[in-house]
Amino acid sequence: MSGAGAALEARGVSIRYPGAPAPVLADLELAVAPGEIVAVLGQSGVGKSSLLRVLGGLQKPSSGRVLAGGADLAAPHPRVAVAFQDPALLPWLTLEGNVAFGLDFRRQPKRSAAERRALVDAAIAEVGLEAARRLHLAALSGGMAQRAALARCLAREPDVLLLDEPFGALDEVTRAAMQALLLKVVARRRAAALLITHDVDEALNVADRVVLLGGAPARVVGVWRVDLPHPRDGAIAETGALRIEILTALRSAVRRH
Amino acid sequence: MSQAAVPAGAEGAAAGGTAVRQLRARSYGAVYGAVGLAALVAIWWAAIEFGSAPGSFARLFAPAAAFSSLIELASGSDLWTHIALSLKRIAVGLGLAVLIGVPVGLAVGASKALDAATTPAFQLLRMISPLSWMPIAVMALGVGDAPIYFLLTFAAVWPILLNTAAGVRALDRRWLLLAESLAATRWEVLSRVIVPGVTGHVLTGVRLSIGILWIVLVPCEMLGVSAGLGYFILDTRDRLAYSELAAVVLVIGALGFLLDAAARAAHAAWSPKR
Ligand SMILES: Nc1ncnc2c1ncn2[C@@H]1O[C@H](COP(=O)(O)OP(=O)(O)OP(=O)(O)O)[C@@H](O)[C@H]1O
Ligand SMILES: [Mg+2]
Repeated sequence: MSGAGAALEARGVSIRYPGAPAPVLADLELAVAPGEIVAVLGQSGVGKSSLLRVLGGLQKPSSGRVLAGGADLAAPHPRVAVAFQDPALLPWLTLEGNVAFGLDFRRQPKRSAAERRALVDAAIAEVGLEAARRLHLAALSGGMAQRAALARCLAREPDVLLLDEPFGALDEVTRAAMQALLLKVVARRRAAALLITHDVDEALNVADRVVLLGGAPARVVGVWRVDLPHPRDGAIAETGALRIEILTALRSAVRRH
Repeated sequence: MSQAAVPAGAEGAAAGGTAVRQLRARSYGAVYGAVGLAALVAIWWAAIEFGSAPGSFARLFAPAAAFSSLIELASGSDLWTHIALSLKRIAVGLGLAVLIGVPVGLAVGASKALDAATTPAFQLLRMISPLSWMPIAVMALGVGDAPIYFLLTFAAVWPILLNTAAGVRALDRRWLLLAESLAATRWEVLSRVIVPGVTGHVLTGVRLSIGILWIVLVPCEMLGVSAGLGYFILDTRDRLAYSELAAVVLVIGALGFLLDAAARAAHAAWSPKR
């Protein structure tokens, strides 16, 4: 699963916070290929968000390497987009301003103002927030804020998407629409996506691979390949068996923790 | 940028109701405020009417005389010249205080060591009445506008500096992490996250500074200058024009009130977005 052609790769990554007696995560191997969606499951506190920050270049691993496109990742890469567990919208900007935020940064790919506007418009339309584009954070619901944060990632047309429970605050219907959007974007751009989720059904719905983290310190305790065409709504028979298998593994991982 | 964009449909009616309620609350406030001001004038009038003998010197400060002098002064050009000069001094003092206070506040807020090193010194300097620097300022900078600008800036810089530093310390870590994830340069982090992130705090500081500036300005203008509202107070006294003196006191109060209202409006225009 690791090796040549990976868009993003963790090799022997350990994460230990200063003052903590033991590492949160140890010797983790994980790779995401272009066009692939990898779902990461694991109980609360296992180190999923920490892993995401390390993969995003926002935090140095205490040992091991992170490679983006084959090269060591020293700092956040302009082609890697991160959606944090919390939407982290800037309260002084409108929704539109938040989606556009960062597009004109110097290290981002050069784009004209018209190109940037087109990208922002398209991303806002894709998450279905046209009516709210001039609202500020205070006037947005939790789910709207989460979709705005997703649009901010999509607008940059990244090669790698790192998403930390991006659909947690959404209702069933909107969540399905956003999952479909993620699939579409990944297929269209051959992007690599790492999706952190606590929802096994969501993982089975979108992922090509499901990775389970568990233990203390956490490691990869299970990997499942989901070779089913999209949409998978009808494939209950095929996903059902996997679902039970993953849930069982999740439970025993929690017990071991 | 306004918050007024109300979603169409049923919510529009509800929001309309809220607007009416807000307007009503505001006009209640205005009515009560006007009653309070009228009571103030009534007390002023009563204090002179019943507190001083007929024909006495204090009668020259009565409201009726003050208001009629005010109308007279307002129709001439002198008062306006003095007002313009005083406002210019406020603007220069505030401008310099922002130019110094914001960058220093950003640095102090960002560095624990700098904060620890400067806090006692700043607290000490802050507690020295700016007016006590007056003789030193005049000796060092000569008479004229320079010592006034120095004193005003010195008086106004502390609330801005300390509020800016507090704003930096209160910045949301997630905003900084977000900027970092977008591969922002240091300059972009500063200009796109830190500066807008502390603007609310800076405006709070500016509002406090304006209050201090206006109070410090009048005594400052009583030394070594020949124009401005402080000078004008002394001038009316020397001309024994006591009703004019009372009128200038009124003008000082009214302008201070307007300056504070403007600062509050600037703060309010920024903060509902947060
Ligand atoms: N900045 C930090 N400093 C010290 N310890 C931290 C820090 N961030 C996380 N931790 C610790 O690392 C562990 C993993 O945290 P993390 O946020 O990565 O978990 P998670 O898997 O994302 O959990 P959840 O599903 O609840 O979001 C926790 O025990 C947490 O206390
Ligand atoms: Mg997390």
